Amino acid sequence: MTQSSWRMPRWFHQMGSPKWFYDFSGKMQPWFAVLALLLLSWGMAWGLAFAPADYQQGNSFRIMYVHVPAAILSQSIFIGMAVAGAIGIVWKMKVAFMVARSCISIGASFTLIALLTGAIWGKPTWGAYWVWDARLTSTLVLLFLYAGVMALNQAITERQIAGKATAILAIVGTINIPIIKYSVEWWNTLHQASSFSLTQKPSMPAEMYMPLLLTVLGSYCLFVLVVLIRTRTQIIETQSHASWLMQHKDVSGA
Amino acid sequence: MSSIPTSSLLCVNDLACERDSRCLFSGVNFSIAAGDLWHLKGHNGSGKTTLLRLVAGLHPIDVGTISHPSTHAKIIYLGHKLGLKEQLSADENLAWLVGLESSSTQQERYAALEKVGLKGYEENTIATLSAGQRRRVALARLHLCKADIWLLDEPFTALDQQGVEDEESWLRQHTLSGGAVLMTSHQNLSIQPVKVLDLSHYTPAKTSCSSSAL
Amino acid sequence: MINFMLVIIRRDLLLVARRPAELINPLVFFVLVVALFPLGVSPEASVLSQAAAGVIWVSAMLATLLSLELLFKLDYDDGSLEQLLLAPYPAWSLVLAKVIAHWLVSGLPLILLSPLIANLLFLPTQAIPTLMLSLLLGTPTLSLFGAIGAALVTGVRGGGILLTLLILPLYVPVIIFGAAAVVAASQGMAVDGYMALLAAMLVFALMITPWAAGAALKL
Repeated sequence: MTQSSWRMPRWFHQMGSPKWFYDFSGKMQPWFAVLALLLLSWGMAWGLAFAPADYQQGNSFRIMYVHVPAAILSQSIFIGMAVAGAIGIVWKMKVAFMVARSCISIGASFTLIALLTGAIWGKPTWGAYWVWDARLTSTLVLLFLYAGVMALNQAITERQIAGKATAILAIVGTINIPIIKYSVEWWNTLHQASSFSLTQKPSMPAEMYMPLLLTVLGSYCLFVLVVLIRTRTQIIETQSHASWLMQHKDVSGA
Repeated sequence: MSSIPTSSLLCVNDLACERDSRCLFSGVNFSIAAGDLWHLKGHNGSGKTTLLRLVAGLHPIDVGTISHPSTHAKIIYLGHKLGLKEQLSADENLAWLVGLESSSTQQERYAALEKVGLKGYEENTIATLSAGQRRRVALARLHLCKADIWLLDEPFTALDQQGVEDEESWLRQHTLSGGAVLMTSHQNLSIQPVKVLDLSHYTPAKTSCSSSAL
Repeated sequence: MINFMLVIIRRDLLLVARRPAELINPLVFFVLVVALFPLGVSPEASVLSQAAAGVIWVSAMLATLLSLELLFKLDYDDGSLEQLLLAPYPAWSLVLAKVIAHWLVSGLPLILLSPLIANLLFLPTQAIPTLMLSLLLGTPTLSLFGAIGAALVTGVRGGGILLTLLILPLYVPVIIFGAAAVVAASQGMAVDGYMALLAAMLVFALMITPWAAGAALKL
C-alpha cells in the first residue's frame, strides 16, 4: 500500500517514518553517548577541580557548572518540544510527537535541577534557600508549565490525540515564555531593586567560562541521547506489530 | 480506482483509520450518489461510528481521501449524542441548531415537530421528554435543514415501532428526492434498494494501516 | 459568521438564564475567597489594604478558572459541540463566541462586584476605578487563555484540576500587571503604562487563543 496524498518531498516523510528514525537514531546514539560523556566529564572535572575560585563567592560558585547548563537546557528543551510538536501537527508526523513526548520529562528534570542547584547556591550567596529572584521565579513558572504539559500528556489515553494536545499547549507556552520572563523581571525590579543576580558577572576569565561551555555542550548531547533512547522505546511500543521491527537486528536479538 | 459516477456527491478513496496504533479499517472505497441509501454494517468496534465521523469531517483523515466531486454537498450529521440542550425547549433547540447555518421561522419548526409526532411538545424542555421523544426532536432537524447527505449513527435507537416506520419512510422520501443517506444500524432496513458496506471486511489481519510500510 | 456567533452567544446566555446558579456560583466563590482572607491573615485595615490588589486579582482568577471548566465540557457531553464544529465556519469563531458569552456571565459581574470587595479589604477609594478598568482589560485575557485549557481538557475525565495546572502559569503576566496597576493607583501614581500592557496582552490573546483553542477542539 502506498500513500499518494503527501504534499512534502518524499525524503522529508522518510525522516518521519518510524523505521527510518529507528535506524538513523540507532546509528547516532553511540556518538552522542561518547560526546556527552567526554564533554561532561572534561567540563565537570575542569570546572569543579581546576578552575580558579571566585574572588567574591569562593568555591560555592562552582555549582554554576551544573546550574547554568540545566537552566539553559530547561528553556531550550521547552522550545524544542514546541518545535517538534508543530512539525507533528503541520506534517502529520507521528515520530515528531514521540520526540516531543520524550522531551517532557527530561526538560522537567533539568528545570528541577536548575531550581535545586539555584537554591543550594542561594544559601551561601543570599543566606536563604529561596529568594523571589527573577530567574528563580521564572524557572519555577517554567516548571509549572512542564507540569501542565506532563499532566495533559498523561491524562489523554489515545497517543495521537495526546501528542497533538501536548503540542498545542507547548506552542502556546513557548509563545508565552518571553512575556512571562519579562513580566517576572519587571515585577522583580519593582519589589527588590537591590537584588543580586547570580550569573550576571561583568566578565568571567576564560578558565571559568571554558568549562562552562563544555558542560553546556555536554548537556545538549546528553539531552539528545536521552530523547533518542526514549523515542526509540516509544517506537517499539507503538510499532510492536510492524514487520520491519520484528526483523530488526536490535529487536530480534540476532 | 473505481470510475466515479457523474451523479456522485461524495467519494471515499482508500480510506484507513488507526486508533491507538490499531488499524480499524483500511482500503475503504465507496461513493455516495444522489438517491443512494448506504447501510453501514460491521461488528462492534469495527469503526462504523469513526467512519461516519470521518465522512462528516469531525476527525482529521490520516490515510486516504474524501472528495466532493461536484459542488460541496451539504451534510448533516446525527450521532449518538443528539446535541440537544436539556434546559431548552424542543423549539429553542431546533432554532439554534438550524440557526448555525441558516435560519428558520417558528412556523417551520412547529411544522417539523408535528411531522415527527411531537405536536403539543414544542415548548417542553428536553429534560422532560423521553429518550424516544428526544430522538424525534433531533430527527426533526432533518426536515428543517435542506441537506444533501444525511449521516445517521444508529438513528433508530430508542424509537418505538411507529417511529422506526416513520423514519424509514422519511429516508425513502429523502433518497427519492435526490438526497443520499449513510447510516449505521444493527437492525435490517425494510426499505429497498439498500447498498451495504460491511466494515468487517476491511479489518486488516494485524498490522498497522500502512503508514509505516515505507 | 457574525450570525453564527450571535446564535451561539444567544444560546449560551439563554442557558444561563435558565440555570442562574451557573452565573451566581463563581461570584459567591469570589466573595467567599476574599472574605476568608481577613480571617486567615488579619482584619486590620493597614494589612488588608496593602494586600487587597493581589487578593482581588488572585480571587478573580480562581473564580474565572472555576467557571471555565464547563466552557466546552457541557457541549461536548450532550453532543452540541459536534454540531457547532460541523457548521461551515472556522473553529476560532466558535471559540470567540463561547468566550464572549462566558465573559458576559462571569467576567462582567465580577467587575461590577469588585468595588464592594475593594471596600471589604479597605482598598483606597481612589484605586477603585483603576481596579475596575484593570479587571475590564484583564478578565477577557483570562477567559481567552482559559479557553485553550478548557478546549484541551474537554474530553478528559476530571479535567478541572488539570485545567488549573495548564492555565495558571499562563496567567502570571496578567496577575503581575493587573495587581501592580491597582497598587500604583492606591499610591497615587500613574497607571497608563500598566493599562497599555494589559490592553496589549488582551490584543495578543485575541490573536492567538481562538486559533489554539479551535485547533484543540478539533482533536
